[in-house]
Order: sequence, then structure tokens, then C-alpha cells
Amino acid sequence: MSVLVYAESPNGKIKKAALEAVSYGAKLSKLMGLECIALVIGAAEGKEELASYGASKILQLDHANLQSFDSQNFAFAIAEIAKTQNAGVLVLSHSASGKSIAGRVAVRLNAGLVSGVNALPNLEGGFSVAKGVFSGKATAHYQVDADVKVLSLMGNAVPLEKQEGTGTVESVQLEIPAPKTKVLEVKTQDGVVPLPEAELVVSAGRGMKGPENWGIIDELAQILGATTACSRPVADIGWRPHHEHVGQTGVAIRPNLYIAIGISGAIQHLAGVNSSKTIVVINKDPEAPFFKAADYGVQADLFDVVPKLIEALKKYKASQN
Amino acid sequence: MNSLVCISKTPETTAKISFNDNNSQFDTEGVQFIMNPYDEWYALVRALEAKEQHGGEVTVINVGPASNDVVIRKALAIGADKAVRVDTEANDAFQVASEIANYAKTGNFDLIYLGKETIDYNGAELGAMIAELLDIAYISFASKMEVDGNVAKIERDIEGGIEVVEVQTPFVISAAKGLAEQRIPNMRGIMMAKRKPLEVVPSSSVQAKVSVKEYKLPEMKSGVKLVDPDNMDELVRLLSEEAKVI
Ligand SMILES: Cc1cc2nc3c(=O)[nH]c(=O)nc-3n(C[C@H](O)[C@H](O)[C@H](O)COP(=O)(O)OP(=O)(O)OC[C@H]3O[C@@H](n4cnc5c(N)ncnc54)[C@H](O)[C@@H]3O)c2cc1C
Ligand SMILES: Nc1ncnc2c1ncn2[C@@H]1O[C@H](COP(=O)(O)O)[C@@H](O)[C@H]1O
Repeated sequence: MSVLVYAESPNGKIKKAALEAVSYGAKLSKLMGLECIALVIGAAEGKEELASYGASKILQLDHANLQSFDSQNFAFAIAEIAKTQNAGVLVLSHSASGKSIAGRVAVRLNAGLVSGVNALPNLEGGFSVAKGVFSGKATAHYQVDADVKVLSLMGNAVPLEKQEGTGTVESVQLEIPAPKTKVLEVKTQDGVVPLPEAELVVSAGRGMKGPENWGIIDELAQILGATTACSRPVADIGWRPHHEHVGQTGVAIRPNLYIAIGISGAIQHLAGVNSSKTIVVINKDPEAPFFKAADYGVQADLFDVVPKLIEALKKYKASQN
Repeated sequence: MNSLVCISKTPETTAKISFNDNNSQFDTEGVQFIMNPYDEWYALVRALEAKEQHGGEVTVINVGPASNDVVIRKALAIGADKAVRVDTEANDAFQVASEIANYAKTGNFDLIYLGKETIDYNGAELGAMIAELLDIAYISFASKMEVDGNVAKIERDIEGGIEVVEVQTPFVISAAKGLAEQRIPNMRGIMMAKRKPLEVVPSSSVQAKVSVKEYKLPEMKSGVKLVDPDNMDELVRLLSEEAKVI
């Protein structure tokens, strides 16, 4: 038996989500006394690096019918490789493509699926694994009663750890049918870490008064190398793009640092961000509910404080160089 | 264009989350339930728009007990033509997906809509399972769709952007924000919903593969540390030396 990790490579590159999945798979394989095998599909710049995160073998699958993303073909391919590698556990990233594939692969392998896991499983008396539920308001431990397990790993949930690894790349072959979907275009912002992967997030809400005031937020984010986010009403009225909206009905994130500026901290907002490791709240209302969920708070007018914070960070960054 | 819209019931977004029976059960005492927002706001409304543009019928389906009928009636009040409830507890995604796929096989559906995920169990699992069970395409997290004949052009959310995909019916689609605008049921809709058919069908007794053993609430934060607004150097120091996040 083995632990198989599908190491995704959107835009042809291995990114953090895939490294995390392999890191997790390697630890899991040690726990279970199994081999950890990584699978990459198509162009996957940086795949050799997967060895140093614990993959003992890196399988490369190329096929003309896998050149653009199609959940059906990708799931078919991953399931077939899982069978030939006798995978007891299959690990994927809980990402846009991972979520589109996981359910399909689970059906194909007759496996039990737990999506969005955030810790290693507990193997005492079976196989159980934790994930966030109620949009981050609680954790549930799922027992899996199937021979094969499929787990999709939440981003930023487990630390990346380099290990000894000697894995080399081997090519594998498979017949793949023509895809039923056609990708016409992929539009992504260059140079910005997408929210679900971001370690540092600067977020602002209605306290900003208007979109013309966002300059200080962008500047703060830039100095930190952070990704920007916002509360729902701010996206709804069009001050910020929809994809920045975090919360229960937006993107759920768990960065190392979440700075909330002019956001009241409504329960639906907190739901999507309260798994963040450190939370800083800047709000002029001492009664704002967000302070209860924060590690550090600044009770003041954001238009005074944010420029001061920017100056302090500039000084700090300069001293670091 | 005949659509099947999968709807689920979730605790209302401000509901207090607590557990009983040794932390093995969600405590529903005093909790209000609603239709999962993604199902109601985007999936159902987009299906209604497609019907308005291209004709056909909108059927909503739920796998669950009779107590879910209130939520199903709301979907009818918003405009669905008829409803089906598969009469069994929803235990895991595989079981629910199998029940829905089995029902879908008995009809002639061009499109099967779901919400992108439920806000209680946050699975985002079902759509891919239904599509696989029916051996058709699946487009997840759609934020825009244009339909022309049997071809749909869809924008789906991916990390840091969107992907534009073309697909032919039949397919499964999961709805994210942007796919449609929320509709509020009016008095006439609510009255008409009472007369619309809600068919209850027996389950095919598929077994679940996963189950929740235990729930836990997050540990409370130890309390906020307030920083003097005139001393942002101190905040930077705390973030770098104490929290070690910058
Ligand atoms: C079903 C449902 C789902 C929802 N899902 C989400 C979700 O996913 N995400 C989400 O964010 N919301 C969601 N909401 C909305 C949520 O309930 C709140 O309405 C929303 O989060 C409030 O946004 P806000 O904090 O930006 O605005 P407000 O609540 O208006 O807060 C603005 C804050 O800014 C502060 N402020 C004002 N001026 C200044 C200043 N000069 N300096 C410093 N502070 C200042 C104020 O004290 C206040 O605390 C949902 C609501 C519902 C009903
Ligand atoms: N019990 C159910 N009955 C019908 N549809 C459901 C049920 N549970 C979930 N769904 C649908 O599946 C979507 C995704 O659910 P999930 O995969 O559990 O996050 C929801 O948004 C609903 O559209």
C-alpha cells in the first residue's frame, strides 16, 4: 500500500498548496508505515522539489487530453494511478481544482472522502481526521469507514517541512479520452498571492468610508507583502472586487496574520477568518465585537493609525536589511 | 432547459454553535434553519433565469426528513415548479450524492445545480460525486454563465482569478457568488407554493462512508492586548517578536 499525493500545478507550476499536500502525505505515510508517492500531471515546474518534502517517487503523467483542466479526466487519471500504486490514502489540495476532483475520485475508488482536513489523522481504533465545520466555528473529527481514504488538505493548515528525500521523476502512461469541457481562457492576477494561500492578509470594511480611501490599505499590504481582503458589504456595493470578500459566504482563510481595519466583526465575517493564527483589529469603536476575537487591538481612527503603522513598518523593514 | 436544483438546510448564519451527547451531536435547541445561502441565492435563481430565457421546468430536490419541507416550500415560493424530497436522514456526501444521482436518472435534466458548499459542513464534495455517478461534466464555483442552445460558457472562480470554460448539456454546476442575484419570495409566490407538488420518494438505502465522531469548539483567545495608537512601533515589535508573523 502507499500514500499517493496529487501535487497540483495550476499554470504549469508547483505552488505552496502542492508542497503542503506532499509534506502532509509524507508525515502520514510515516505514521502508517507506507511509501509516499507524488503524482504530477502535465507541466509542473519545480516538481523535483517534491522529493525534499518527502516524496519517495514522483510520477509524471502527460497526455494531450490533460493539457487543460477537466475534472472528469483528471479524476479518471488520478484514480487509475491510485489503483496501480495500490494507494490506501489519496491526498489532494482543498483548492478550486482539488474540490472539483475529490468527489469524483472518491466515487471511482469507492473511497471515504473527508474534504478540507486540517490535521493528521488519528489511527487509534480506525481512521479519524479533523476538519473545520460551521465555517470555522467548530472542528469535527470524521471517522472513515472505507478501505481507501481520500483527503483534501486545507491551505495553510499544516506547516511545510523539508525532509530527507531521494525521489526521482518517473514517467507514467495512461490512455485518456477527449475532455467534455474546453477551457477557453484563464485570467489570473500576476504577482499577487491568492487569498486562500496568503500568509499575510490586510482586510478592510465599511469603516473606510469609500473606495477612494483604499490607498493606505494597498500601501500597508504592499509593505508587508500581504494580500488584500474585505468584508461583504464592501464587495456588495462594489468598492472592492468580489473575490476579496472573506467570511462565511465568501472565502474562508487561515493566514498567519489577519489585520482587520474598519470591520465590526460580525459573526458571519469572523466565521471565515477566525482560524487565522494572529488577528490585529483596528477600530475606533471600543465595543466592536471584533476585539473579542483579536490578539492585538488598536482603538483609534483608522485614518490616523494606518499611516503610522505604515511608517513603523517601513522603519522595521529598513532595519532588517 | 430542465433543471434539477439541489437544496440543503443549514443553521442560520448567526446561530450559536454548540454540541451535546458527549460532543457527538450538533445541538439544534433554539437554532433557526434556513436554505443554504449558495443554493437559494445563486443556484436556484440562476435555474429560474434559465427557465425564463429558454423555457423548461425547475425541480428542486432535497435529501432529508419531513422537517426540511419548510425550506423546500421556500424554494417553491421563490419560483421552482415542483419539488422532490428523498425521505431519509442525510448522513454523508456519498449517500446524498447517490440518492440525487439515482433520482436524476429517472428524469430528463439538462442541468443539475448545487451551491458551492454548505455553510455547516463546508464539504464542497457533492457536485463532483453526482457528476461522476452520472458520468457527465462538472463545473464548480461558477460565477457567471451564458447559455446558447445546448452550449454553456461559464466563468468559474479559481485561486486569484477566473477560468472560462465551455461545456455542453447535460452537466453539473455549482454556484458561487455572482451567478445570480438573490430573489425574495413575494406573497403571491408563497400562496402558489402551497399548491405546487412536493413529491416524497423513498431512499435507496445507500450506506454512508464517513461519520462525525466528535465535535470540538475552538479554544478561546486569551484576550486582546491593546496597543497605544501613538506607538505603532510597539505593534510592529509584538508582531515580529511575540507573534513571530512578520
Ligand atoms: C446570511 C449572511 C451572510 C453574511 N456573510 C458575510 C461574509 O461572508 N462576510 C462578511 O464580511 N459579512 C457577511 N455578512 C454581513 C455581516 O453580517 C456584516 O454586516 C458585515 O460583515 C459588516 O461589514 P463591516 O464590518 O465592513 O461594516 P460595519 O458593520 O458597518 O462596520 C464598520 C466598522 O468600522 C468602524 N469604523 C468606522 N469608521 C472608522 C474609522 N474612521 N476608524 C476606525 N474604525 C472605523 C466602525 O466602528 C465599525 O465597527 C453576512 C450577513 C448575512 C445576513
Ligand atoms: N441533503 C441535501 N439534499 C440536497 N442537496 C444537498 C444536500 N446537502 C447538500 N446539497 C447540495 O450540495 C451542495 C454542496 O454541498 P456539500 O458538498 O455538502 O458542501 C449544497 O450547496 C447543496 O446544493
